[in-house]
Amino acid sequence: MGIFRWLHIMAGITWIGLLYYFNLVQVPAMKDAAADGTAAGISKHVAPRALLWFRWSAVATWLMGAALLGPSFSAAFTLQAGYTGIGIGAWLGSIMLFNVWVLIWPNQQKILGLVSATDDEKAKARRVAFLASRTNMMLSVPMLFFMANGLSHKALIGL
Amino acid sequence: MKNPLDSILGTIISGLILTFVLFSFVKHFVLAGV
Repeated sequence: MGIFRWLHIMAGITWIGLLYYFNLVQVPAMKDAAADGTAAGISKHVAPRALLWFRWSAVATWLMGAALLGPSFSAAFTLQAGYTGIGIGAWLGSIMLFNVWVLIWPNQQKILGLVSATDDEKAKARRVAFLASRTNMMLSVPMLFFMANGLSHKALIGL
Repeated sequence: MKNPLDSILGTIISGLILTFVLFSFVKHFVLAGV
């Protein structure tokens, strides 16, 4: 079990670290880069690599988390006594994984030109991917609060 | 009305509010039923 906790945290840092990178660094930088004509380098060389690590570290985080829960998996997802905190965290993490693979990645493929799309489709894809990414950043706040649930939380807030 | 997710600050404040809402939900509805 200990090895799953270690791998879960390492993959989770990679995933959420890249999520924060996209929201705090790359998206604001793209606006400036578009203004001075240097956005193509980010779109071609940086974004695809960041997205590759982002989406697969999301899968690894979820799988290692599921392995860490082991026989307690269903108790966590059904918010049984003693598993409420981690259960809420697991639900939030699962919703975030869904957002990565169903909303962010397919739309990013259109934005980056990895699949063909019209200008209108690209504009729509840009907004959907942006809002899904921002939603994940918002969800990461309670997700980390509940995921970090441990003995200290139990003593402090009773979860 | 402006979408709070359009700004970083709005996103973080929304996350903090959601944390409080979920925490209250767990304390008053989930754990209260145990």
